[in-house]
Amino acid sequence: MITTLNLAAPAQLTVALVPDLVLTGGAMILLVWAAWRPDSDRHQRNVGLASIVLSAVTMLFALNWAGRYDAGPGPIALDNFRWLVDAVILIGTIFAIALSMDDNMRIRVTAAESHVLILLASAGMMLLAAARDLMIVFLGIELMSISVYALAGMNRRSERSAEGALKYFLLGAFSTAFLLYGIALVYGATGTTNLTTIAGRIATFHLGNSPLLIAGIALLLIGFGFKIASVPFHMWAPDVYDGAPSAITAYMAATVKAAAFAAFIRVWLEAFPVSWTSWHPALSGLAIASMIFGNAIGLAQKNLKRLLAYSSIGHAGYLLVAVTAGTFQGSSAMLFYLFVYTLATFGAFAVVITLTPEGQGTVMLDDLAGLWSIRPWLAFSMTIIMLSLLGFPIFGGAGFFAKWYILQAALQAPVKQTLLAVVLVLTTVVSAGYYLRVVMLMIMRPRLEGRPAPFRSGGLTQTVLALSVALILLLGVFPESAVRVARNGSPRVEGGPATTAFPTSGAVSPPASNRRIADGPGAQPVR
Amino acid sequence: MIGFLTAIGYQHWVLPALLLIPLLGAAMIWISGAMHDRSGREDRGDEIVSGAAIVPRSFALLTFAAEFVVSLGLWWSFDPSNAMWQSVVDLDWIPSWGIRFTIGVDGIAVMMVLLTTLIMLLAVGASWTSIRARSHSYYALLLVLTTGMLGVFLALDLFLFYVMWEVMLIPMYFIIGIWGGDRRIYASLKFFIYTMVGSLLMLVAIVYLGLASRDPVTNVPNFNYDFVLQHAALTATAAKWLFGAFFLAFAVKVPMFPFHTWLPDAHVEAPTAGSVVLASIMLKLGTFGFIRLAVPLFPAAAMSPAIRSGILVLAVVGIVYGALVSLVQPDFKKLVAYSSVSHLGFVMLGIFALTVQSVQGALMVMINHGISTGALFLLIGMLYERRHTRLIADYGGIARVVPMFAAMLTIVTFSSIGVPGTNGFIGEFLVLIGAFRTEPIFAFIATTVVIISAAYLLWAIQRILFNSLDNPVNERIPDLNRRELAILVPLVACIIWLGIYPKPVLTRMQGAAERFVSTVDARRDLMSAPVAQALP
Repeated sequence: MITTLNLAAPAQLTVALVPDLVLTGGAMILLVWAAWRPDSDRHQRNVGLASIVLSAVTMLFALNWAGRYDAGPGPIALDNFRWLVDAVILIGTIFAIALSMDDNMRIRVTAAESHVLILLASAGMMLLAAARDLMIVFLGIELMSISVYALAGMNRRSERSAEGALKYFLLGAFSTAFLLYGIALVYGATGTTNLTTIAGRIATFHLGNSPLLIAGIALLLIGFGFKIASVPFHMWAPDVYDGAPSAITAYMAATVKAAAFAAFIRVWLEAFPVSWTSWHPALSGLAIASMIFGNAIGLAQKNLKRLLAYSSIGHAGYLLVAVTAGTFQGSSAMLFYLFVYTLATFGAFAVVITLTPEGQGTVMLDDLAGLWSIRPWLAFSMTIIMLSLLGFPIFGGAGFFAKWYILQAALQAPVKQTLLAVVLVLTTVVSAGYYLRVVMLMIMRPRLEGRPAPFRSGGLTQTVLALSVALILLLGVFPESAVRVARNGSPRVEGGPATTAFPTSGAVSPPASNRRIADGPGAQPVR
Repeated sequence: MIGFLTAIGYQHWVLPALLLIPLLGAAMIWISGAMHDRSGREDRGDEIVSGAAIVPRSFALLTFAAEFVVSLGLWWSFDPSNAMWQSVVDLDWIPSWGIRFTIGVDGIAVMMVLLTTLIMLLAVGASWTSIRARSHSYYALLLVLTTGMLGVFLALDLFLFYVMWEVMLIPMYFIIGIWGGDRRIYASLKFFIYTMVGSLLMLVAIVYLGLASRDPVTNVPNFNYDFVLQHAALTATAAKWLFGAFFLAFAVKVPMFPFHTWLPDAHVEAPTAGSVVLASIMLKLGTFGFIRLAVPLFPAAAMSPAIRSGILVLAVVGIVYGALVSLVQPDFKKLVAYSSVSHLGFVMLGIFALTVQSVQGALMVMINHGISTGALFLLIGMLYERRHTRLIADYGGIARVVPMFAAMLTIVTFSSIGVPGTNGFIGEFLVLIGAFRTEPIFAFIATTVVIISAAYLLWAIQRILFNSLDNPVNERIPDLNRRELAILVPLVACIIWLGIYPKPVLTRMQGAAERFVSTVDARRDLMSAPVAQALP
């Protein structure tokens, strides 16, 4: 039984936000508790455990709300897309807290509040997933970003951490200004900040060519471009990723990116479908640039964390292909991709945390040499993760299906994105150059003289690693259930499919059929 | 025999079993090995000496023997008079994307499967004493590789084909990169990247094809081979690009002339079993891809005069170039590697000459090359284990020291040259007489190369086996032992059997070859008609 909420009524709006409120309220209580007692390793771990429990409870709420409520027009969405993004965010949150509990012990940071900051950032992200109003998008981005600025500088004794955090803060504030200015211009052009209303007004008043609107869209694009670290707005990423504690880096690379992409695609699909022709070239350009530069520069890296940073820029490019497709299938592909990417990223950083030598913040590639001969299972896991990021079938598990989904979305879009698909696969070959180098070093090279054996990682790190690898491998053979979930997880727009505004070309089927896929029950292929 | 096979329901389970047996074996070998050496010591020493290799290698031998015995039934259970897919198994895999697990065999696939299982069994024998480190991983990878290769031959779903195509890549990458020679890391990366460039473009083409034959109501793509063959609605331009993508994937694998540069590196650096598998089976996957996918799917593009003559030119250039480069190689292994480029050129010539005879000849050359080049690499490996050099100049006159080895090498060389009475003759002869009917000029050039191929191989064995025994080290080379004889005798038996009485093999492949030619002919006309382009 699905109840439709009237979001104009404050009580019903509150119901729509219950999962978010659970997380935010819980985080407040934990914050007080974290500050209440003097810092100690034990206190840090206790707060961490409580934070994990809180995230899990929030997840239960979110999943429970999924089949229960629906909403009319308003500032908050209650569609499957929101709940699935929430699930991806919360999985990332749990993994990040688990990793940072171990990592904090190791780098001797006894700040219990770091876990609470992660929770607050996640609360902002959940707001982003739900936002159907540009003001809420802004709110969510700020809540998320400010918490993450602080997290990036969590290791107060490290200069690199401080440098990275400052850079991140300055550039982040700069990009938020772009975003805000873009929102203002879009408001100026359409007179509203509600996404669906914007789309309606653009269509009704033929605002497609309004310079004000196009400028607004461009500024919004730049703002989001910073948050997802796409080329040419990526300059901050490698330094910040390198400087921040590894667990936080994983959180930034995977979860922050997931939330930013969720808001990005929702704004684009719900507010600007009509302006497709004006943003499509820009977005394709960003996608191509990110894929090419992210992967090409990745080839030159000697530091594993920086390598992963450039790899994440490349992945932002792949995800942009899904956004550029501009269809609901694209958003489903993006969801699936984000889930797999989250697993792989946290797995990779769990390995980074395990291998980081005492007193250092990062792992050089040389440290990986000969890992197989001393820690075969660790090398095995890292190989699977690297191949998954590469998108290799079976051995790379679900990473391949994630890429496949995006390719399919790109080629099934009303306007076939063949160029993007070809660039995607060709840059994948380029990325093989550095992913395979990691594999090669671990497996084919002998251990370097005098390198100490990596220490035994904490139980939580091992659990995160084992869980990610197991899920990646399992979904790499049986992806059907996850695909079904993702397929039903596109944003839902009232009043007909947004894609009808696309120009259609000759032999392709009408775009409305994309919606039918998204909503239909598991359709059997007709043979 | 057929009665027995029917009684045990052989047709219904054989193909999945062929894919599963190696996987199970690999899992058991790898896990038992990984449990065994949790010591954390970095250097575990020589596993042959310490005895750690005994369990993995015996278990691998057992698995491959079981695999071979199971596959052998296909020889009888396959019905040559039926040109349709046989022993088909069709399961749901990812229904949301219209992807199914569909496997089946035709005459070509049956022979390729049998070749694969035989060669893999012998490859274990060839690795028996030469793999001295991390043996459990080695044998596990060899087994996974087998599943991948068989999967490519069996797949009747384009998606499954692609997955299997990529699955082969990783084990081979590790086999070359871990157990290879001095430049193994370079060679393995080169092998990986070359193959991947081609195959990823094929991936885009496969997505495109699946979407082009999607269900109009549910919009679910369809990757079934037969369905795509009949229903994919493509414009002539799209077909050309798609053919280009498939062509690149397969041409790298074959390897055709300008795409062959990974081959000498990979062959020379790979361990003996790796070279054998590469030459005998993996190269055939490329030509098999042309016969199964690239040409039948896009006959109008593949057989358009410009593209077809382009490919024929490349094939003949490959034949000539491979032979000429072989002539000057100082390294015996590299010589055989380049001779593969030449032989596979014959296969391409046979396929694109497009007569039933030339196609059958091409199929025969595929099998023959698998047997004789595989045997050559095995022999080179045996010699290398004794003397640790592959340079032809380091040998000379060893026929007197190792008579058994010399006899084997001579027979295998004759087969590779194509001397009448050996299997090599049948294949090349069929290709040439088939090609003369449609492409006399290319066939003429290719015929002259047969002489060069006799020259480089005979000259090489003359310098190795005969001449004068002037290096005293060579006087102490031991002759073949029983294990090595057991590896070589089956291959030599095949060489003579197929040379004298190839009919059983030819009948089994005839139906498939005829169907290939008639499908391509029929669909070429159909697709070049303007009606096809107007389809929705």
